[in-house]
Amino acid sequence: MKLTLKIWRQTGRKDKGRFVSYAMDDVNAEMSMLECLDVLNESLIERGEEPVAFEHDCREGICGSCGFMINGIPHGPLPATTVCQLTMRHFKDGEELVIEPWRAAAFPAVKDLVVDRRSFDRIIAAGGYISVSTGNAPDGNAILVSKDTSDRAMDAAACIGCGACVAACPNASSALFTGAKIAHLSILPQGAPERDGRALNMVAQMNAEGFGGCTNIGECTGACPKEIQLEVIATMNRDFIRGSWKRRDQEVRTVKPMTEWSTGSKLKIDPHATS
Amino acid sequence: MALDSRIPTGPIEQAWEKTKFDLKLVNPANKRKHTIIVVGSGLAGGAASATLGELGYNVKCFCFQDSPRRAHSIAAQGGINAAKNYQNDGDSIYRLFYDTVKGGDFRSREANVYRLAEISVKIIDQCVAQGVPFAREYGGSLTNRSFGGAQVSRTFYARGQTGQQLLLGAYQALERQVNAGTVEMLARTEMLDLIVIDGKARGIVARNLVTGEISTYIADAVVLATGGYGNVYYLSTNAKGSNVTASWRAHKRGALFANPCYTQIHPTCIPVSGDYQSKLTLMSESLRNDGRIWVPMNKGDKRKPEQIPEAERDYYLERRYPSFGNLVPRDVASRNAKAVCDEGRGVGPSGLGVYLDFADAIRRLGEQTIRERYGNLFDMYERITDENPYKVPMRIYPAIHYTMGGLWVDYHLQSTIPGLFVLGEANFSDHGANRLGASALMQGLSDGYFVIPYTIGNYLATNKLGKVEESNAEVRNAVACVNETISKLLSIKGKRTVDSFHRELGKIMWEYCGMSRTAEGLQKAIGQIRELRDDYWQNVTVPGAGADLNQSLEKAGRVADFLELGELMCIDALERNESCGGHFREEHQTPDGEAKRDDEHFSYVAAWGYRGPGNRPELTKEPLEFEYVHPSQRSYK
Ligand SMILES: Cc1cc2nc3c(=O)[nH]c(=O)nc-3n(C[C@H](O)[C@H](O)[C@H](O)COP(=O)(O)OP(=O)(O)OC[C@H]3O[C@@H](n4cnc5c(N)ncnc54)[C@H](O)[C@@H]3O)c2cc1C
Ligand code: SF4
Ligand code: FES
Repeated sequence: MKLTLKIWRQTGRKDKGRFVSYAMDDVNAEMSMLECLDVLNESLIERGEEPVAFEHDCREGICGSCGFMINGIPHGPLPATTVCQLTMRHFKDGEELVIEPWRAAAFPAVKDLVVDRRSFDRIIAAGGYISVSTGNAPDGNAILVSKDTSDRAMDAAACIGCGACVAACPNASSALFTGAKIAHLSILPQGAPERDGRALNMVAQMNAEGFGGCTNIGECTGACPKEIQLEVIATMNRDFIRGSWKRRDQEVRTVKPMTEWSTGSKLKIDPHATS
Repeated sequence: MALDSRIPTGPIEQAWEKTKFDLKLVNPANKRKHTIIVVGSGLAGGAASATLGELGYNVKCFCFQDSPRRAHSIAAQGGINAAKNYQNDGDSIYRLFYDTVKGGDFRSREANVYRLAEISVKIIDQCVAQGVPFAREYGGSLTNRSFGGAQVSRTFYARGQTGQQLLLGAYQALERQVNAGTVEMLARTEMLDLIVIDGKARGIVARNLVTGEISTYIADAVVLATGGYGNVYYLSTNAKGSNVTASWRAHKRGALFANPCYTQIHPTCIPVSGDYQSKLTLMSESLRNDGRIWVPMNKGDKRKPEQIPEAERDYYLERRYPSFGNLVPRDVASRNAKAVCDEGRGVGPSGLGVYLDFADAIRRLGEQTIRERYGNLFDMYERITDENPYKVPMRIYPAIHYTMGGLWVDYHLQSTIPGLFVLGEANFSDHGANRLGASALMQGLSDGYFVIPYTIGNYLATNKLGKVEESNAEVRNAVACVNETISKLLSIKGKRTVDSFHRELGKIMWEYCGMSRTAEGLQKAIGQIRELRDDYWQNVTVPGAGADLNQSLEKAGRVADFLELGELMCIDALERNESCGGHFREEHQTPDGEAKRDDEHFSYVAAWGYRGPGNRPELTKEPLEFEYVHPSQRSYK
């Protein structure tokens, strides 16, 4: 089939960026959206032009590398599907696809469709874990966890960290991503001891990164390829309120968002930011 | 060169405990003075970085993705083995050890395998404590399933996303250390060379993939946990970025490469659909627990599967291997699929496919149970093929999946370069000529959480390491080599894209060094690869600049290394004039077509040394001895 790809091209953060249209004459319905970009890129390279930069790795919908907007929808029109698994049969012959990167202040542009999502790592570093050093664990069956509880934790833990929720949200909030990790850990008995501090720290970091506030619009869950449910945000809010009430004097520490690439990511503690 | 594998003496059950006791320790106050570089953030590298950070070392962890959480380990589906014997079905550390040595077709080191089985039980405990949501019984205890080649249920899993959940556990532990200031994470930074000073690994040269900046990082020890090299075949189940560059460049600096020809073909992948195909998708082999594999009895039968009556179907695995049936090991299942397709009985548009049918299981257990067990895999299959596997049988075909070969390491996981340690799929250590399902995750985590923290301490405690200046000649030489390769690749400006070369290399490898191999084919492949490599350095085109995010340039460096590795794989496959595990030489098979080992001549690890461009690599043999599990013809009948 024939398609027109109208793709956002931007050489770097300083460049303003623009759309460029590419006509594709021979798109096979069985190929994935990323394979379609591969074909375009091969032809650009052969013509001596720079290929479109986009992120991808597993191409199985699990690593969370890929992701861009297609006609205004994160990961395109098919529910619960990342762009790497989206086959072209879901588009019509002659259609124009407008392809652009996630747009959010907390995801600075890198190049073409690539953005910087390290803010997600910093949110996890702020408390998205259970503090158990290697060697400290009791037997795996020492603490029984009901199947129901474990299943609910798994539902939340399925998040792939792609950022579609942020791209879908009019406020560019990362509440679904952060809530998913908080819910995963706080549902499990192993995660209970750190519940309060975890929510306080992760929410504080989320705010420090410049993500917007959540106003319960729900676009995020609709766009999420792993169908993370809005209830994780409720869990986050509950843990946050509980934590704020119980641990009023505890200092909350955040780190400075880092946008440069030339150094490593040794986190710099921001002494002024307590929230 | 003589290889000292540092295998402990004495009873195998006490070997690791004894080794740990004998290892020298680093004083706690001194740990933060030691810098350790860990390249890779998958299960092996992530676990190692987190644990070394917890111990107080100063760790620098590298990955080429934008976040450590995206390492290829994330894609593992089926599960992780551990000899917990929670199911009371006769499992034990010894049985897991026995199964792994036998499954590896008697080409692995007993002591390493025993240690792996021993540590396996601790891994599950650690992961549960981190919050990994393993599948559970209604009563709240952990549940297990049986997995390719095992007759006990020892596989732990988290839906079809076990690798994801284990990696997130390791990643979260890693981020905790980033927050604690012990680990510095350098994402989007690709190692391009190893710095060796006075014979010891002292650092790496790496390229920042966003700015293109080339930097050196100096350390007291370097750990490579950079994954497998299955992408030398272009089409594989590996993530697109998986590559051999870190290992290969270390090889060129003196690390021996062991058993490169041992590759694993996975029997259950979605068949290739066209030329544009960029990778192959695995369907977890746990599906073989409930799915039945068959092809039509008659050649060229083009009827739809539901129109083929029971009597005209050949459930060939059940027929040929009555006691293991559809659960035979991967190599056996793969070769049989190829054989029936070669006979012209393959299904699907290309004729390269066999059915994996769930109709019986659905009848027996109900659709709901099947949905609970495999729901996400069925959805994934449908998304890709547009066919509903609850209604029509899946079509599957073997694909390259895992590489047992890798950098040679001793019992301490140290390569032939002192101070360079290799973990996870990147080393060759535990799986012999064939890996059992659900054992790679186990090995990665064992190496990272429980082995390297001990052995690296011993290295640091027993070696005096001087300060290294950036102006050191070896440091400058490594940087110069990296810069030279990059500018050469950018300056050729030929006519062919990097991918086109990669695809061609993949075809040669799959044809001659894939599921079955012959001396004649391998010789042909070596010639073709050399020609292709020459052409590459004349004719490749890499657009863009070095000082920028340049994905073509990243690929170009990796493919250049694959073009050298491919030749070594063929040389190794040619030299190994026997069949064993995943290495099937057509000249050596039993009358009923099974792999035939030659223990008298080939019971060794083949460790290859690099001797400069165009020179034949040098072979060093590490003899294998079997004190506990006596080599026998594997039989799954
Ligand atoms: C689809 C699929 C399913 C699988 N399912 C299972 C399963 O069910 N059970 C099982 O036991 N095994 C399974 N395996 C195998 C298993 O997943 C892998 O063997 C294992 O995860 C490898 O882990 P690793 O830590 O060694 O390497 P990886 O996870 O591959 O990590 C490699 C790391 O190295 C980094 N890296 C590589 N090169 C460089 C460089 N030059 N510079 C900087 N960083 C670099 C990468 O960024 C990455 O962080 C599966 C494999 C595949 C392909
Ligand atoms: S919550 Fe969903 S959309 Fe957001 S990062 Fe996770 S998987 Fe992606
Ligand atoms: S490439 Fe991994 S999720 Fe799409």
